[in-house]
Amino acid sequence: MKHTLSVLLQNKPGALSRVTGLFSGRCFNIESLCVAETMDPSISCLTLVTRGEESVIEQVMKQLHKLIDVVKVTDICENEYVEREMVLIRVKADAGTRAEVLRIIDIFRGKVVDVSANSYAVEVTGSESKIKAVIDILKPLGIKEIIRTGTIAMARAPKNR
Amino acid sequence: MSTMVGSQAIIRCLKEEGVDIIFGYPGGAVIELYDELCKTDIKHILVRHEQGAVHAADGYARATGKVGVAVLTSGPGATNGVTAIATAYCDSIPLVVLTGQVPRALIGNDAFQEVDIVGITRPCTKHNYLVNDPEQLVPTLREAFYIAASGRPGPVLIDLPKDVIASFIAYPEQKETRMQTYQPNVKPHPGQIEKACKALLQSQKPVLYVGGGVILSDAHEELTHLARTLNIPVTMTLMGLGGFPGTDSLSLGMLGMHGTYAANMAVAKSDLLIAVGSRFDDRVTGKLDAFAPDAKIIHIDIDPTSISKNVDVDVPIVADCKLALQAINACLEANPSFSPQEIASRHNAWVEQVNEWENKHPLAYQEEGDIIKPQYVIEKINELTRGDALITTEVGQNQMWTAQFYKFNQPRRFLTSGGLGTMGYGLPAAIGAKLAYPQLDVIDIAGDGSIQMNIQELATAKQWGANVKVAILNNNYLGMVRQWQELFYNRHYASTVMEHTPDFVALAQAYGAVGLRAKTKDEVEPVIKEALATDNVVIMDFAISREEGVFPMVPAGKATTEMLLV
Ligand SMILES: Cc1ncc(C[n+]2csc(CCOP(=O)(O)OP(=O)(O)O)c2C)c(N)n1
Ligand SMILES: [Mg+2]
Repeated sequence: MKHTLSVLLQNKPGALSRVTGLFSGRCFNIESLCVAETMDPSISCLTLVTRGEESVIEQVMKQLHKLIDVVKVTDICENEYVEREMVLIRVKADAGTRAEVLRIIDIFRGKVVDVSANSYAVEVTGSESKIKAVIDILKPLGIKEIIRTGTIAMARAPKNR
Repeated sequence: MSTMVGSQAIIRCLKEEGVDIIFGYPGGAVIELYDELCKTDIKHILVRHEQGAVHAADGYARATGKVGVAVLTSGPGATNGVTAIATAYCDSIPLVVLTGQVPRALIGNDAFQEVDIVGITRPCTKHNYLVNDPEQLVPTLREAFYIAASGRPGPVLIDLPKDVIASFIAYPEQKETRMQTYQPNVKPHPGQIEKACKALLQSQKPVLYVGGGVILSDAHEELTHLARTLNIPVTMTLMGLGGFPGTDSLSLGMLGMHGTYAANMAVAKSDLLIAVGSRFDDRVTGKLDAFAPDAKIIHIDIDPTSISKNVDVDVPIVADCKLALQAINACLEANPSFSPQEIASRHNAWVEQVNEWENKHPLAYQEEGDIIKPQYVIEKINELTRGDALITTEVGQNQMWTAQFYKFNQPRRFLTSGGLGTMGYGLPAAIGAKLAYPQLDVIDIAGDGSIQMNIQELATAKQWGANVKVAILNNNYLGMVRQWQELFYNRHYASTVMEHTPDFVALAQAYGAVGLRAKTKDEVEPVIKEALATDNVVIMDFAISREEGVFPMVPAGKATTEMLLV
């Protein structure tokens, strides 16, 4: 099962390598990883997508929690949440395909961020499935390069009663 | 607030932390620190190899329960310490290791004797630091001691750039160390304690399975009280030996790969397994699905990651073992319907069954005339020290025979590298322990292979008057590996024959120690007696039966009831 973990960790040198070292050392898998400062500059938030059986995920969470630099570990998937990923795609765009690319990007609410004589670089943001869909659709037109950010996620606010 | 040099601040802080002995080896990066160290009354034990320094600090820590401290220089000094740091990490031993580092301006430049020791030791320390800001020197040291000793203990390394050690700093007031991100849970959850008590009161065939956590949390009294009150047989892991008196009739000795027949059978047939400070290691459980198949499991451990890692647990209790056992004992006593006599006598049939297993296959070995049997050597050492010595071991058959045949009645008297299995641990650890308790007989029970891994520490023992005794069970083999080759690799003794071995008696003499040798069974007792009576470091070289094996043995991956017996 796929799990998206949110890890708050002290913004100290080496803290990130404690997390990644834990995953490599214990053969836990990391599908994607995003890190940046939070509102409190002494704390970073790390969003990590991993896959594994429940017992493995339980170990992952406990082991993360055991790291001295880790403040808090949450399995975002346990409740309602929103997740987003951004992708930059350089796709072939010659006279014959240019319009088609623009149409597709428009459907996905993406935008063109760089233009050259025979290619567009486009930016699309969305859930993992949306990113996958846009890539699948653009593929036949000729994708030259893809850069993905990996997933970030946030728990939804509790609904008002 | 007073201003001082970093090195002075380090020493002052170490003293505030109660440190009176440090094990180490100097070098360029820590020369300032040594300059201060020699001006204080903290004893510095100069070793002969950095691995020895950290093992000695570890031996000191295991024997006393205090935090052991080692100082190493940068680069090779620090890397030489890594095996010993990992050894302490695997057995949860509290250490603070201070390493020198090149000056901050040179870090990352491949400077002379620069190594990223924080990176190297990240997976084998509980935590580590590089001190970049001199003002953080003292707070970091305080945190390090706090982390090393609290929760599940472990080694903490602090890397100290040379210019940080030499900076002027304001010495901060001493205050209680509190950390937002590290608050180990030590108190048991009352609901879980009640569940555990309920299970204890219902069980017909309970077994206590005790690990190193009982020693680390000094919970042996609470454990002994519980076992005796409810008449529950106790088995111990290698790290748990001494947590319950080995001569008590309820003691089943060690369990697992080289455990006793009775211990492994009792666990396999139990209906309740109470794991206290143990972690279901593969050397203990053997094949997992055949481990305690019919038992409900209570697991007390301070480290949540140990719980339900290998074996699913019915009643997890995340807590300090001592506090948890106290709570269980108190909870039982507070129960109005609790009658210890009734429970104890209800377990009589089970205890009888366990005794039957003990009588059917006790620990045993075959006599062979004049030839020295290693088990006999251990029995004699046990007898002549009245079970009161502090014993360390190396790794291999020597370690297992010691665990089987020496009956430890007290905690902190058996120091051995369990988790990592580090050959070369025993001698330096014995030195650390002897310096803590000069009045105790301290004996390293060694193999001819392992002893050569840190033999240079004989000079340390001599220099500091740590009159440890070394009993080499000399089979001229890397015996434990040979035993596996004998049993599972068609007796292909690939690289396990020690074709050249030094004359250990002459070697002892070369160090200014005393060397004794026994070649026949009747020479064993006089040699041990003479060694114990000698006021010097002594090596005893016992020429033992060469192809003796350690039995019982559970082949790796087999169920623990599938034991090969003598
Ligand atoms: C540092 C290290 N290297 C290798 C091993 C693997 N090993 C385990 S036991 C053993 C044999 C030890 O031989 P010896 O010290 O003579 O003890 P014996 O088994 O003969 O009593 C070896 C090589 C180890 N445990 N530690
Ligand atoms: Mg040997």
